[in-house]
Amino acid sequence: MSTLLPSPSTTLSPPSSPIIRLCDVCKTYRSAAVEVHAVRGVMLDIYRGDFVAIMGASGSGKSSLMNMLGCLDRPNSGEYSLDGVNISSLSRSQLATLRNHKLGFVFQSFHLLSRTTALENVELPMFYSQPLVSMATQRKRAEAVLAKVGLAGRGDHWPNQLSGGQQQRVAIARALVNQPQMVLADEPTGNLDSRTSIEIMGLFEELNNSGITIVMVTHELEIAAYCKRIIVMRDGKVLSDTLNENRRSASRERHQLDEAERHAQLG
Amino acid sequence: MYILYETFFLRPVLTALIALRALRRHKLRSLLTALGIIIGVAAVVSMIAVGNGAQAQIESRVASLGQNLLTVFAGNRRSGGINSGLGSASVLTIEDAKAIGLEIPDVIAVSPEVSTTAQVIGNGQNWSSTIAGESASYLQIRDWPLAAGTMFTDMDVRTGAKVAVIGSKTVSQLFGPIDPIGQTVRIKNTPFVIIGVLSSKGAGMGGNDQDDRLIIPYTTAMKRLTGDKYLRSINVQVNSKERMDFAQAQITSLLRQRHRLTAETSNDFNILNQKEIADTVNSISTTITLFLASVSSISLLVGGIGIMNIMLVSVTERTREIGIRIAIGAQSGDILLQFLIEATTLSLLGGILGVLLGVGAAHLVGHLAQVEIIVSTSSVILACSVSFTIGVFFGFYPARKAARLDPIDALRYE
Repeated sequence: MSTLLPSPSTTLSPPSSPIIRLCDVCKTYRSAAVEVHAVRGVMLDIYRGDFVAIMGASGSGKSSLMNMLGCLDRPNSGEYSLDGVNISSLSRSQLATLRNHKLGFVFQSFHLLSRTTALENVELPMFYSQPLVSMATQRKRAEAVLAKVGLAGRGDHWPNQLSGGQQQRVAIARALVNQPQMVLADEPTGNLDSRTSIEIMGLFEELNNSGITIVMVTHELEIAAYCKRIIVMRDGKVLSDTLNENRRSASRERHQLDEAERHAQLG
Repeated sequence: MYILYETFFLRPVLTALIALRALRRHKLRSLLTALGIIIGVAAVVSMIAVGNGAQAQIESRVASLGQNLLTVFAGNRRSGGINSGLGSASVLTIEDAKAIGLEIPDVIAVSPEVSTTAQVIGNGQNWSSTIAGESASYLQIRDWPLAAGTMFTDMDVRTGAKVAVIGSKTVSQLFGPIDPIGQTVRIKNTPFVIIGVLSSKGAGMGGNDQDDRLIIPYTTAMKRLTGDKYLRSINVQVNSKERMDFAQAQITSLLRQRHRLTAETSNDFNILNQKEIADTVNSISTTITLFLASVSSISLLVGGIGIMNIMLVSVTERTREIGIRIAIGAQSGDILLQFLIEATTLSLLGGILGVLLGVGAAHLVGHLAQVEIIVSTSSVILACSVSFTIGVFFGFYPARKAARLDPIDALRYE
């Protein structure tokens, strides 16, 4: 299974070149005579193996920053290089290829294709890969990734036959299937109850331990507490960027929850 | 090489599968959308089939006149303001007919014609029939084979033999099932021996029944029946279609000369040109077919607009799906192709069903109205390719709209 994922050789010591380097990035939206400065001069480096939470109130510019990190949008000024490639100079088509090859997306409301099986949802990014992956390989890889997120054998279910947590697992599998440099998660636990949230965070923890770089946007401090590094934004600027000293462990908490439940049932 | 195979075959095929899946999800809506095209194509195909059938029917009637036929009619006779109609003037003579045969090089056969209506008595029955006096080459000129027996010969014409070739309708009226060959009929007290039976030819150009007649040597007819030395008309066969206009001009000048007409007087005869009739009839029926087809193709246009409408709805409805696809790396071309294939599949499917329905409808019309119908392969191919084009044309705008969506807005769309 680990052959599907990038090797974790760089997780321990920060390497010399970051996968993400933002240099004085600005983003301004113009709508009907009003200028909104969503992101103002953000400097940011994210290294391989990092697990970053971007926090902030609504309107703090975290979503705009996330859109740029995800190559869905380009900065007005400043430089953004992903894996050594300057994004600002790329065309729409080149950005699409980049998203397909180097990024994985996880959304708050899962964004799975309805009336499409879990397996087909996971296969989707490979359908748009160039060169095309053979159908047999697509199936094999999709099944392997589904198994990795704990949904082995659920491939033929439709999204509406799955619980919220399971749907988010399918979405994570879809994000992982093209072996991306980085997974971007936008409020991945926003639509989930606290127990399922812990499960999903446990999954992210596991993935990060195996070497995958994860950047997530969240406004919940409890969720951010599972990450290695917390960036707080306000008014389009980075307010603080700290390593998380008291990091919580989702897998341990889940274990404790299970214990407590078993106890309660016995009692 | 593989890149080409992937770009131009594999990827479109896979995209087509996605498009088909989307159509399958909305079966009723897809069917209703395609219905516009189905009705349009069915109308065009059936109209063309009926039009072609009518054209063929008219053409076969024109062809039944004979091969490369020019008919010279005597002009109309006016006496005291009474116009007696074509063929009534006493101007055409046997010598005129002979002169045409001898002097015009493109003419290969000539048959002087006299005609009367008389009571025919035979086998104890009597029946009023058309009696046509003709030359021995008449059947060759009219391209009219015999069903039985033989045609009279040049010798019979020269000697004024009392022999007759009889039409199939007249046979059944007089003789019923009896073989008429060798039997005698009496016309105005003159006995004629029947030596041949004409094959059935049906109604002529004017709607008269060509099967109800007796053909006898024109010499006999003039001597025994009409008592007239003038001809009603002269049937002339020209060696080829291309030479007909030229031959017509030559005959005109020959007859003008023979009838001693001065430059100021108009012709005392008329020439009916089979090619001209055929051309006129053809152009009329082609116009009618085109008219029918163009009226029904308006419904094709309406069908196309229906497809565009539904595709626009579908793009709006699936904005989020499109956003997801773009976010995870779909190229604009992939999205464009997906929606274009959806639209084209709808219209092409509609086209194929429409062809089936149209062929069925045409056969039904043909059966109910007792008219000939011809479903031409070219009209079927045309209908299919037109519906394909409609799909591409009306599907392009919605597809481009989908392909140009901004992924951020599309993902946020509720």
